[in-house]
Amino acid sequence: MMMKKLFINNSVIIRDSKVSRNGDVIYQADSDLEFPKFLKRVYKAQNLKYPKFFKMDSLSKLGYLATEILTNGNVEDKETALIFANSASSLETDEAYSKSMEEFPSPSLFVYTLPNIMLGEISIRHQLRSENLFFVSEEFEPSVFIDYISVLFQQEKAENALCGWVNLHNNDYDVFLWEIALSGGTDFNEEELKKLYLPTHE
Amino acid sequence: MSDLHTELKRSIIEQLNLEDMEVSDIENDEHLFGDGLGLDSIDALELIVLLEKDYGIKLTDPNQGKEIFNSINTMADFIEKNRTR
Repeated sequence: MMMKKLFINNSVIIRDSKVSRNGDVIYQADSDLEFPKFLKRVYKAQNLKYPKFFKMDSLSKLGYLATEILTNGNVEDKETALIFANSASSLETDEAYSKSMEEFPSPSLFVYTLPNIMLGEISIRHQLRSENLFFVSEEFEPSVFIDYISVLFQQEKAENALCGWVNLHNNDYDVFLWEIALSGGTDFNEEELKKLYLPTHE
Repeated sequence: MSDLHTELKRSIIEQLNLEDMEVSDIENDEHLFGDGLGLDSIDALELIVLLEKDYGIKLTDPNQGKEIFNSINTMADFIEKNRTR
């Protein structure tokens, strides 16, 4: 069977107090700004109106913000698959929940004690009922994404995919989202993904 | 408006992360769930925790919640009658 050729269309990076879309910095905050405030500033700067944002844990906030910026707030294909990964899982929220258990366990923290809840938040926001998967790996590994996404497209489970590395640990965040489709700009391979994830021209 | 009503509104805004909402935005008789403030099921659980933490009231029958959490007025009434702290 002929392998389908896949392409990377757009990408977003959120790291070091900056937000970039397709390589262009679209928002930059002071580097000493506290992380929760940074998230709120990005939300405000993007003029987003989604009160549920404020109820999310920080990991979901990162995933939500990056998705809004990547897609300009519109995921057209409701069958778009979501394939995400990170290394710290939902550890920040797990720890916060564990601390709350010393007194009164917090229901609103408990519901975020899995990293794939972020995918649920994105799916709710964009009314997606599609394939989704969350990997936990030590570091960003393009091959994990490539293997799984290739199979998804080959088996015609999806014609579009939204992929992301959304990591958060000790307020240190690293977000890289990109779109995969059957047509578009950049070839979908390890080399291109690595180049987009760690641009050298900055 | 009693101090308890204001205190409750403040706690709800803070506890449920109702960003951009102020005490004056919540009416005493406004529905907290559904078409009113639009709280959800996780918020309901947080309200149960709030009752226990701030007022020493432990809800044993979850069905009571529907009436108690109808509005700020019903919550305040229930707290005044049952508070242990």
